[in-house]
Amino acid sequence: MTSTLDFAPRPGAAPLPRMVLAQAGAEMRAMLRNGEQLLLTLIIPVLLLVGFSRAPLISVTGPRVDFVAPGVLALAVMSTAFTGQAIATGFERRYGVLKRLGASPLSRPGLMLAKTAAVLGVEVIQVAVICAVALAMGWSPHGDPLWIALLIVLGTAAFSGLGLLIAGTLRAEATLAAANLVYLVLLGLGGVVFPIARFPEGIQPILELLPITALTNGMRSVLASGGGFPAGPVLVLLVWAVVTLGVAGRTFRWE
Amino acid sequence: MPDAANTRLAEGADGAPAVEVRDLVKRYGRTTAVDGLTLSCARGRVTAILGPNGAGKTSTIEICEGFRQADGGEVRVLGLAPSDRSLKARVGVMLQAGGVPPAMRAGEWLRLMARFHAHPLDPAALLDRLGLAEHARTPYRRLSGGQQQRLSLAGAIVGRPELVFLDEPTAGLDPQARYACWDVVTGLREAGVSVVLTTHYMDEAEKIADQVIIIDHGRVVAAGTPATLTGAERQLRFRARPGLNLDELLSALPQGSAAKESPAGHYIIEGQVAPGLLATVTAWCASEGVTAEDLSIERRTLEDVFLELTGRELR
Ligand SMILES: Nc1ncnc2c1ncn2[C@@H]1O[C@H](COP(=O)(O)OP(=O)(O)O)[C@@H](O)[C@H]1O
Ligand SMILES: [Mg+2]
Repeated sequence: MTSTLDFAPRPGAAPLPRMVLAQAGAEMRAMLRNGEQLLLTLIIPVLLLVGFSRAPLISVTGPRVDFVAPGVLALAVMSTAFTGQAIATGFERRYGVLKRLGASPLSRPGLMLAKTAAVLGVEVIQVAVICAVALAMGWSPHGDPLWIALLIVLGTAAFSGLGLLIAGTLRAEATLAAANLVYLVLLGLGGVVFPIARFPEGIQPILELLPITALTNGMRSVLASGGGFPAGPVLVLLVWAVVTLGVAGRTFRWE
Repeated sequence: MPDAANTRLAEGADGAPAVEVRDLVKRYGRTTAVDGLTLSCARGRVTAILGPNGAGKTSTIEICEGFRQADGGEVRVLGLAPSDRSLKARVGVMLQAGGVPPAMRAGEWLRLMARFHAHPLDPAALLDRLGLAEHARTPYRRLSGGQQQRLSLAGAIVGRPELVFLDEPTAGLDPQARYACWDVVTGLREAGVSVVLTTHYMDEAEKIADQVIIIDHGRVVAAGTPATLTGAERQLRFRARPGLNLDELLSALPQGSAAKESPAGHYIIEGQVAPGLLATVTAWCASEGVTAEDLSIERRTLEDVFLELTGRELR
């Protein structure tokens, strides 16, 4: 066994972009390889899109796919940035993965950047698939793509903050349970496929403060009605992002 | 002389030891895990921190790695505070357990770790050296415990660090895997890398360490080279009927000899093992009407040193 390994010290960190890209690539592959994650991020959104666009379960004005597609895009962002990320991060902490990365030259901000890039990368795939399916079903989107991009980025920040807040404080199993529960509750309450007009009028203003409702409403106001800058939803998402990321940054336990 | 060049590189400009710990204290609630520990690990050498489970090895090493905060005392790693970010690229870390995503393939993880460094070792060659080449595509969770340990060791050295911390690198390994690990540690030392490892195997510390620091209850009980710790003294061991009166035997032995029965029926004579000793002992046994069995002359082991210093077996 004659190998050419030269153990002589030659320490040095790689350039930050290379480290971040390598880590982001590894995280993206992990998300796309994990069956449960795929179910959450692609299969369920596509099934909801097809099911609720076809079946007369909801009554809306205009083609149903025009109502459902923006909600499903919002759901896709939530499933990756919040549910998927919370569960994955919870187990990474449990298995000492975060701790071990802490001993590598990749800094914590670098790791956060990589995680964000991986989430955005998966979202690009989700948006492409969902839009393709929706367009095949006769979807006619309106509005400025720039506002959509802004909403997705802010939604990602808000949901990531919420996900990391849970993953950074609860045990891995508790994170798994909480992330799934919150996902289901927000899916039901946030106007993703059921219009929030169906809820009692008294609680509708409260529902509109949920990040999922803000994202869904924002997406719908742009994509379905060709509306301009979605100021209300943007403000709600911004507040969620600042608060959750701020608190998560303080409370996150790496071990 | 290539050796001189290596030595100079390893010592660096400041010439500080690889690791220096003074009066270190670490508490967890009411437990004092590290209780005023002082030690120093030389550059370019292999230092083994030896002690039973719960002695405070992991606490000490993880404070040096910057993972845990000390409650008292001072720690310098390569002359710097453990929290210094510049150490991340210079120090390799092998955790006592875990650290790798369970679904990630062995080769994939090692390549990722290599990507974090400017001049890494070739991950494929390193896997090969550690006997993991066939498992490059195996997810971490499907590796055996020993294979997981070796992958973790590979991750600690792939960045070509000048100092590596290995926390129980051979715990639970089969003999073959242990030799593979020792081979790598020896190779690191030859290349001028400083190695600090923890172990509760005496024989491991004796075989691969230049310097052994024995700790118990969070304190150093002895430190030195394996040879100075075990001493030049040899010992003679034999088995016989329990409860023999050793005083008479001692009077027949040279000055400075010691004799004890531990455990019952097992006798140990320490001191100058002179040519006549064997004859003296067998003659005495004959006069007592017993036969000495399993007579052997051995060097004292670290096991004996530990037992002497703490009154306990290292398990
Ligand atoms: N995170 C922790 N919380 C509470 N107690 C701990 C923790 N880590 C270690 N201990 C305690 O500190 C003592 C030393 O542990 P450790 O440093 O892991 O020793 P070793 O590595 O030598 O087995 C033990 O009594 C252990 O139970
Ligand atoms: Mg330990």
